[in-house]
Amino acid sequence: MDIYDILFWILSALAVGCALGVILSRNPVNSVMFLIVTFFAISGHYVLMNAQFLAIVNIIVYAGAIMVLFLFVIMLMNLNADVEPQKGQMVQLAGVISGGVLFLVILASIKTAKTEYMDKASTDIGLITNLGKVLFTKYVLPFEISSVLFLSAMIGAVVIGKKEDAKPPSKADEAEMKQFL
Amino acid sequence: MLLLQIDTALIIEKVILISVILMGSLGIAMYATWGERKVAAVMQDRIGPNRAGPFGLLQPLADGLKLFFKEEIIPDRSTRFIFILGPCLAMLTALMTSAIVPWGPDYVTDSGRVISFQVADISIGILFVFGVVSLGVYGVMLGGWASNNKFSLLSSIRAASQAISYELAMGISLIALLMLTGSLSLREIVTQQHGFWNDGYFSWNFFKQPVGFVIFLTCAFAELNRAPFDLPECESELNMGYHQEYSSMKLGFYLFAEYINMFVSSAIIVTLFFGGYNFPFMDQVQHATLAHPILFTIICILALLTKVVLMILFFMFVRWTLPRFRYDQLMKLGWRSLIPIALVNMLVTGVLILWVFKK
Repeated sequence: MDIYDILFWILSALAVGCALGVILSRNPVNSVMFLIVTFFAISGHYVLMNAQFLAIVNIIVYAGAIMVLFLFVIMLMNLNADVEPQKGQMVQLAGVISGGVLFLVILASIKTAKTEYMDKASTDIGLITNLGKVLFTKYVLPFEISSVLFLSAMIGAVVIGKKEDAKPPSKADEAEMKQFL
Repeated sequence: MLLLQIDTALIIEKVILISVILMGSLGIAMYATWGERKVAAVMQDRIGPNRAGPFGLLQPLADGLKLFFKEEIIPDRSTRFIFILGPCLAMLTALMTSAIVPWGPDYVTDSGRVISFQVADISIGILFVFGVVSLGVYGVMLGGWASNNKFSLLSSIRAASQAISYELAMGISLIALLMLTGSLSLREIVTQQHGFWNDGYFSWNFFKQPVGFVIFLTCAFAELNRAPFDLPECESELNMGYHQEYSSMKLGFYLFAEYINMFVSSAIIVTLFFGGYNFPFMDQVQHATLAHPILFTIICILALLTKVVLMILFFMFVRWTLPRFRYDQLMKLGWRSLIPIALVNMLVTGVLILWVFKK
């Protein structure tokens, strides 16, 4: 067992433990923080595979931007245990069934997948030069199509978020605002 | 069981370098607080701190001691763990970025050992800075939320939206620079800016990317939460902002992290745009000091530190000159001005590289 294996097991335990923490913790802010640590553990795995670019992009995009937005929303919602709506039994049952089906599908796909053992840290596809070359030559069409998809999603978000023509606040709005203040 | 195949000399070398850099950034940040008060005093026609020691030079020590000995109060209704985690994260992210700044050229000892004045020369270089900067907002956000105070919460929401908005423009302005350098490694970027004049043009990136520099600098102000973009802690609207409920050294950590951030981001800006440790006529100086190569290294490090101090002074002059922006003006500037300008700058740079300079 060399340093590579030891790091691998530590990171794996961290990732799985924190992923469990995400779904088991009651406080949503704690869930978000567990998820951030999970992303760090996954980035650590990328570094072990010599994919530094993927590792840092994972941190910038997920831990640095998306989780900040999650936290943003959770902070605004003021979630407390006593005001949290209780889900009905049927909803819980539906959740268990759909989650179980997803789990089954993932398990089946992993079982039939062909496993290849990677030579430890000898691959360098995750370095930015190689990744860029592959993305812009071999996979240029899927890459461009997915960027168009992102662009359209962005424009869609802007259209949805755009305010209607500003109109004076109605009586009901004013009452609500007073209550808030 | 062979755990690590790294020679001990390298580990000792790096540990010394890391300690020196950490102590150095703490010391410079300490005297930056003194400098800021002196600059403010000069600009407002006052004297500034002058009681503790000559010219008030012991004032930062006195302030630090005072903060340590103050009573520490953790609000009753706060989320205790996250409340304590907030300032720790702010301090951690502030100190982490200095790991990839190249502080000086490689020094070769008599026995042929190469000593590098950079903690880690990683291939993703500048992206590491981005990763840490994007994490920097957590300290403010979590601390403000955990305080269980309206003003702190408003402040942390402001900080988060400001950081996300300005990170975009910052990233796009850097893409143009990276197209020129063709490398993400800070060491490589500094080496390309060797000297001051090369091939009939300035070699520093500031002269090749002036628009990108202005955008990057503006975004740096916003990311540092410094005036004129210090909306998260603007005292006229939010009392004190995210650190309102903090006392003692936890408050000190938040205030101190800002000065460390200022020092490290000045070092990054100087490295990216002002040639890092390069200075005019450095080849001649290197030739003159051939007998004592360590002298040349020291001159290089001093050149870098001089530029960093000038940059910090610039940050201070701006703080005491410009009034604070309104929040909607801040957002408008970020989304409607800086991002379009950065995009056009990127496009123009790409066209020039492709058709005019044929790199």
